[in-house]
Amino acid sequence: MDAHLLSLVIWTPIVGAVLVLATGSDERAPIARKIALAFSIVTFLFSLSLYSGFDKTTAVMQFTERAPWISTFNIFYHLGIDGISLPFILLTTFLTIIVVIAGWQVIQEKVAQYMAAFLIMEGLMIGVFSALDAILFYVFWEGMLIPMFIIIGIWGGPNRIYATIKFFLFTLLGSLLMLVAFIYLYQQSRSFGIPDYYLLPLTINEQILLFIAFFAAFAVKVPMVPVHTWLPDAHVEAPTGGSVILAAIMLKMGGYGFLRFNLPILPDASHALAGFMIALSLIAIIYIALVALVQEDMKKLIAYSSIAHMGFVTLGIFVFNVQGIEGGIVQMISHGFISGALFLCVGVLYDRMHSREISSYGGVANTMPVFASFMMLFAMANAGLPGTSGFVGEFLVILGAFKVNAWYAVLAGLTLIFGAAYTLWMYKRVIYGAVANDAVKALSDVSAREVVFLTLLAATVLVMGLWPFPVLDIMHASVENLVEQAAASKL
Amino acid sequence: MNGILNVTPAIPELFVFTMACVILVVDLYISKEQRAISYGLTLLTLGVGAMLSVLSFSAEPVFTFNNMFVDDALSDVVKVAICLITLVVFVYSRDYIEARGLFKGEYFVLGLFAVVGMMVMASANHLLVLYLGLELLSLSLYSLVAFQRDSNLATEAAMKYFVLGALASGMMLYGMSILYGLTGSLDIPAIRKAVGGMSPDDVVLIFGLVFVLVGLAFKLGVVPFHMWVPDVYHGAPTSTTLFIGTTPKIAGFAIVIRLLIGGLEDLHGTWQDMVIILAVLSIATGNLIAIAQTNLKRMLAYSAISHMGFMLLGVLAGTPTGYSAALFYILIYAVMSLGAFGMIILLSREGFEADELDDLKGLNQRNSWYALLMLLLMISMAGIPPAVGFFAKLAVIQAIVDVNLVWLAVIAVLFAVVGAFYYLRVIKLMYFDPPAEGVQTIQAASDLKVVIGVNAWAVLLVLPWIGPIQQLCLTAVASVMNGFVS
Repeated sequence: MDAHLLSLVIWTPIVGAVLVLATGSDERAPIARKIALAFSIVTFLFSLSLYSGFDKTTAVMQFTERAPWISTFNIFYHLGIDGISLPFILLTTFLTIIVVIAGWQVIQEKVAQYMAAFLIMEGLMIGVFSALDAILFYVFWEGMLIPMFIIIGIWGGPNRIYATIKFFLFTLLGSLLMLVAFIYLYQQSRSFGIPDYYLLPLTINEQILLFIAFFAAFAVKVPMVPVHTWLPDAHVEAPTGGSVILAAIMLKMGGYGFLRFNLPILPDASHALAGFMIALSLIAIIYIALVALVQEDMKKLIAYSSIAHMGFVTLGIFVFNVQGIEGGIVQMISHGFISGALFLCVGVLYDRMHSREISSYGGVANTMPVFASFMMLFAMANAGLPGTSGFVGEFLVILGAFKVNAWYAVLAGLTLIFGAAYTLWMYKRVIYGAVANDAVKALSDVSAREVVFLTLLAATVLVMGLWPFPVLDIMHASVENLVEQAAASKL
Repeated sequence: MNGILNVTPAIPELFVFTMACVILVVDLYISKEQRAISYGLTLLTLGVGAMLSVLSFSAEPVFTFNNMFVDDALSDVVKVAICLITLVVFVYSRDYIEARGLFKGEYFVLGLFAVVGMMVMASANHLLVLYLGLELLSLSLYSLVAFQRDSNLATEAAMKYFVLGALASGMMLYGMSILYGLTGSLDIPAIRKAVGGMSPDDVVLIFGLVFVLVGLAFKLGVVPFHMWVPDVYHGAPTSTTLFIGTTPKIAGFAIVIRLLIGGLEDLHGTWQDMVIILAVLSIATGNLIAIAQTNLKRMLAYSAISHMGFMLLGVLAGTPTGYSAALFYILIYAVMSLGAFGMIILLSREGFEADELDDLKGLNQRNSWYALLMLLLMISMAGIPPAVGFFAKLAVIQAIVDVNLVWLAVIAVLFAVVGAFYYLRVIKLMYFDPPAEGVQTIQAASDLKVVIGVNAWAVLLVLPWIGPIQQLCLTAVASVMNGFVS
C-alpha cells in the first residue's frame, strides 16, 4: 500500500465526491453529509500514515510514484513529497474535515454538490502539493478553479458572480503564463519533470523571464500587492467553507510555488529580483495592514489581514536563509489554521445575524461567552501572541530577515503592532461593550457542532505555538537542501 | 498495388456511396411511419463505413486510380472520425428533426453524400479529386441548411452559405489552375516535386498559393473569411449546425494537410506568415466577438472560429509534431462541439429552440445532470484542465514554442483567458441564475441521453489515453510524409 499511498490520498476524496454527487437531490442530504464526512476522515487518516512513514532525515522525494502518462510529450504521472509538501498536505486533509462539519447545517440547498465540490478540491489540492511533473502540477492547479468558482457562485453572498468571475480570470491569467514557462522549460530540457528543471542550466535573461512568468501565477495566488484585489472580493462573497479553503490552503499554493519553482529552478533570477520581492512583501505587510485597520466588514478585514500575513511569508522566502524559509512555511501552516478559524468565527456570527458589518455587533460576550473566548484565542494568535502558532512563524521570519538587513526586520516587526491593532480593535468592537441591539441580545451561544471544530482548531493553534518542533523537524532537511539549491548559481 | 482498377483502398467510400443510393431508393417505397428504416440503415451504413475504414488501416500509403486516390493512416483516422461523429449527429438529430417535420429520406441521403465527399477529400491525392470531394460536401451542406423550407432564417443562411461558398470554391479552383499552369500537373506529389525545383519567391507561384489558401480559409471559416460562419450556424436547423460544426472541420483539416503540407510544403516559409495572420486574427476576433453574443449557436460559431485559429497554430509550426497536434486538436474539437450542439438539441423541444443563452438559466436546478455535462464541455472548450481540451491547446502551443514562436504562444494564451470568460458565463447561467418562469421539464429519448452522457464525459475519461491518441496522430501525419518519400 505504501507504494500508492499518495495516489490514495489524492483520489479517495475524489471518489468520495462522485459517491456524494450520486446521492442526488436534497432529500438525501443527510446521507450526502455522512459520506462526505466519512471520506474526509478516511483521507485524513491516510495522510497521517504519510506522516508516520515519512523519513525526516532526508531531503529526497518520498512516496514517489512514476508512471508514463502522455508518452508523446514525456509527461508522467509523477508524485512525491518532501518535508515542504507534507505539512501542507496534512493542513489540507485536516481543514477539509472542519469545512465539512462547518457546512453541516448551514448549507441546506444542493448539499451534495457543496460537499462534492469540497472533496474534489481536497483531492486536487493534495495533488498540487505532491505533483513532480509540471503538467500534472498544472492540471491539479487549474482543476481546482472550477469547484471554487462554483462554490463562490452558488453559495456565496449578493455580489458573488462578480467576485467569482474576477477570482477565476485573475488566477487563470497568471497560471497560463506559468504554462508558457513550463513549455519553454520543456523545450530546453525535453522533460516535464520538476526535479529535472533543478539541474537545467539557464542564462540570466531566461531566468528573469521565467521568473516573471512564475511570478504571475504565484503572486496572484499568494496574493501579493498589486495583484491582490481579487481576494477581498472573493473572500467576502464566498460561503464560510469557501473562505476557509481559500485563505487556509489556496493562498499557500502561491508560497509553495515560489519554494518549489522559483528558488531552486531560477536561483540567479531569485537573487537578482529579491529586492523587488522584499519591497512588495513589506508593502503588503505595512500598507495592507493599514487598509485592514479601516475595514467595516469582518470578512474583508480578515482577508486583508491574510494578505499582510502572506507578505510575511514571501519576505521569509526571499531572504534565502533557513530561518526565513522555515518561518515562512510555519507562518503559512499556522495562518491556515488561524485564518480558517477566524472565518469560521465570522461564519458562526453570520449564521445567527446575517451581517458581517462590525457595526451590527457589540457586546456579543454577554450572550455568547464560550464563543467569545474561542474568538479571543484566535484573535490573539492572529496578532502573533507568543504561545500561539502565529508567533512562531513571525518570529522566525523576523530572525531570518534580521540576518540580511536589520531594516527589513524592523519594518516587518511593525506588523506585530498593526496586526494587534486591527485584530483586537475588531474584537473589541464586536465582542465587548454594551449589548448593541436586540438581535445581539437574542444570540444563542455556540452549538455542540461548532464547539467541535473550534476546539480542534484551538488545540492545533496552541500545540503548534507551544511545541512547534514536530513541524520544523519534518521540513528541516528539505529546507536546508532548498537553501543550498537557491544559493548555487546556474550561470 | 498501384493498379488502375484496384478498388480495395476505396471500399469505405464505395460502400457509403452505394448505401446512400440504396437508401434513396428504399425510402421511395416506404411509408411515413416506416421512415425509421431509413434512419436505421443510415446508422448501419455509417457504422460499417467506420469499421471498413478501420480494417483498411495501413501506416504505409496505398495508391490507386492512377495515383489519384490514396489510402494512408491520415485518411483512415479522418474517415473513422467522420463516420462515427456523423453517426452520433444522426442519433442526436432524430427527435429534433421529427418534431420539425424534417424527418425525410432526403435528409439522410444528403448527409451520407456529404460523408462521401468528406471521405474523398481525406483520400485525395489529386487536385481534381480533392475539389470533387469538396463540392460534394458543400452542395450537400447547402441543401441541408435550407432543409427547413418555411424558415426565413434558414433560407437566408443557405443563400449566404451558397454564395460565399461558391466564391471560395472559385478562388480555390483559380489557385489550383495557376498551380497546374506552373507545374503542368494536378497530381499532388508531382506538384510537390515541381515546386521543389522552383524559387520560393516566384510571384506566380505565390499567387497560386494565396488563392488556394484563401479558399481553404473560407472553408475552415477563419478570419477574415469567416463571415458566413455565425449566420449559417445560427440560421440552420440545429441538427444541421451540429453536422456543419463537427465533421467538415476534420475534412477541412485533411485538405489543408493534403494541399499545404503535401503539395506546397516547400513554400512553408511563405505560407507560414500568412497562416500566422489568419490564426492570430481568428483567435482574437473569435474570442472577442463571442463575448458579445446572446445566442448560444452564434457564440459557439465564434468559438469555432477561434478554435480553427488554434488548430492553425499547429499547422503553421511546420513540423510533424505540429501537424499531429493540429490533427489531435481538430479531433478533440469535433467531439466537444458535437456535445455542445447536442446539448442544444437536447434542451429543445417541439416549437422551441433552446438556442438563446438565457435558455440555459438555472439548468442546474432543473436538471443537475445535464448541467454537469454542459459544464464539462464548456471547461473543455475553454481549455481548462483537467478536461481534454486543455491537452489539445497544450499540444499546439508546444508545437509553436518548439519553433521559437514564443510571442505567438503568449498571444494565444492571453486570448484563451478572454475566451474563458464566455464559457464561464455559460456555467454562470446554468449554476448561479434561477430558472426562468414556466420552463417545462426536459424530455429526451433515452438513446440521446446515453450518447450525450458518454460524449460529455469523454472529455475526462479519455485522459489516460491521450498518449496513444497523440501517437496515432503522429503515425497519421508520418504516413503522409512517407507517401512523398516513396
